Amino acid sequence: MPLLEINREDCIGCEACIEVCPFGALRLDEEGKAVVNELCTACRACLDACPVDVLSLPEVEWVRRPEQDVYQGVWVWIEQFQGQACPISWEMLGKGRELADARSTSLTACVLGDGVESVAKETVAYGADRVFLVDDPSLSVGRTQPYARCLVYLAEMYKPEIFLLGASSRGRDLAGAVATELHTGLTADCTGLGIDAETGLLRQTRPAFGGNIMATIICPEHRPQMATVRHRVFEMPQPDPTRQGQIIRQEPLLSEDEIASKVLDFIPQEGEVNLAEARVIVAGGAGVGGPEGFEPLRKLAEVLGGAVGASRAVVDAGWIAYAHQVGQTGRTVRPDLYIACGISGAIQHLAGMRTSRIIVAINKDPQAPIFEVAHYGIVGDFFQVVSALAEAFREHLSVKDC
Amino acid sequence: MHAIVCIKQVPDTTEVKIDPQRGTLIREGVPSILNPFDTYAIEEGLLLRERFGGQVTAISMGPPQAEEVLKEAIAMGCDEGVLLSDPAFSGADTWATAYTLAWAIRRIGTFDLILCGRQAIDGDTGQVGPGIARQLGITQLTYVFKIREIDFQRRRVCVERLLEEGREIVEAPLPALLTVLKDINQPRVPTFMGMRRARRAQIPVWSASDLAKEGADGRFFGLEGSPTRVVRIFNPAQREGRAEIIEAEDIGQAANVLAERLLAEKVV
Repeated sequence: MPLLEINREDCIGCEACIEVCPFGALRLDEEGKAVVNELCTACRACLDACPVDVLSLPEVEWVRRPEQDVYQGVWVWIEQFQGQACPISWEMLGKGRELADARSTSLTACVLGDGVESVAKETVAYGADRVFLVDDPSLSVGRTQPYARCLVYLAEMYKPEIFLLGASSRGRDLAGAVATELHTGLTADCTGLGIDAETGLLRQTRPAFGGNIMATIICPEHRPQMATVRHRVFEMPQPDPTRQGQIIRQEPLLSEDEIASKVLDFIPQEGEVNLAEARVIVAGGAGVGGPEGFEPLRKLAEVLGGAVGASRAVVDAGWIAYAHQVGQTGRTVRPDLYIACGISGAIQHLAGMRTSRIIVAINKDPQAPIFEVAHYGIVGDFFQVVSALAEAFREHLSVKDC
Repeated sequence: MHAIVCIKQVPDTTEVKIDPQRGTLIREGVPSILNPFDTYAIEEGLLLRERFGGQVTAISMGPPQAEEVLKEAIAMGCDEGVLLSDPAFSGADTWATAYTLAWAIRRIGTFDLILCGRQAIDGDTGQVGPGIARQLGITQLTYVFKIREIDFQRRRVCVERLLEEGREIVEAPLPALLTVLKDINQPRVPTFMGMRRARRAQIPVWSASDLAKEGADGRFFGLEGSPTRVVRIFNPAQREGRAEIIEAEDIGQAANVLAERLLAEKVV
């Protein structure tokens, strides 16, 4: 039984709700009134669309419980890889600082790893008032069990109101475990965070349905309010090395033989493919013609200091590894510059890159849908255009360097 | 070997079209499909059964018509399907969904592996897999793109995970929950025999009271059991107009103009 209720009497049969329903759960019946079926997930997309307010969902009452006030402060998990903090951590500290100031509270960072004291110090420079530092060989690589155990322990002990993690592979893995253990809500892949002026709750906005709709989500009764945050959405703050903060050392909670999993090896990705953090991405699609078509793209990426991306079609064809795939079944990216070469622009690809700051499309077909989302385009043979572009940038950038 | 595969019925986002006049999405009549990532989880379960024998059970939570995806799983080769369907389950967020699936898995009984897709293409959260693992207190291995080895004597599994910086080789004890990536295998298409078996298959439907008998707390199902609330759904801001097409006498000049524009935009 769907949760959506429709006041049939006042329904004018305008179909506005049918148009916006992501799940195809609404239709008009013989009398021209909207009816809903079991596909409805109570997502609320139709509520705002209805011009005559005949749609409603049961309001689940939430009450502000006195124990909630015990939870204070904004926390950020600092992701590090081999002792280097990932940029997403600083982006979250920037946003975290803003949220903490809006709630008139403090900003705390959790640094877990092995030999990461310097990261803890950097964290203060980037805005943390307090740092929990758990520095132990058992934490040298990010494993869910010992990491989650530390974060759950700290959160239960010190009760933060808000807890942010990066929406990286590790962050999403860890956040899912921590939120489950803390029995609290978790909003994945947020691209917007703000404090509701009236309730003081964290408003978490995220894309869903392949980026086709946006949802704002709250976590009214459970604490902490947890979210993972997409890369490159929030501005990178300027570090201030003179800032002072408190670093509190904590012992790890599990010894190595209590940890179930062992990391046996790590094989670094060849070449520059950390798409999530790349400022520039040069991506190729079926139009590049074959595996060798990626060569000029690599050269252009090299000139621009960027990474190489790819559409699903070429990954499926085996022209390039899956790690390069951008789109709904690959990675979601948000570089400053995305150059799409020979990519027609299927909706699943667009879902993974449409929020890039500047999109350039290079395609032989002037009708290709990629031109609908691109800011600039060149119609022509990708090989010639990419080579000319690499040449042009090489000249311009070397002049700039002088 | 007993593998449990968690699957979801989702709207087919490939069928979503953009209305060229209004620039809005046309979602009317979008068909429901088996979440594409879940087909890789099913295939991985079937590959393991081919190597080690045993059983693959598919489970799904959803409306009565989610039975279709369980039938599809059986057509591919899964031995059984279980549908969790009850009005009490509707409106569940990822916490409540993981809670409900975990209780269904407890009801199924013993297993060696739980396989999930990386994420569902409608919600895109990837949180339910880790949620189930923590509810059950078993190891989670996410973003797996290769199972290197499973040793049922030593009860260990060794996998490759794809992370931002490269591939991590991890060994963990069984039972474990794996979320798998698209590249892990090539999902098979259902055979004629499989489809016939699926048509005849009876899919048991488990309700909230069935899970409550196992010990689940009914307050943690569905909308009521969900810590998060959606307060607003809206369309993302659409950009006006199309790309500015750079035209020049030849490609070299066009490239030059474009390079200058991009430098002026301060993106390089």
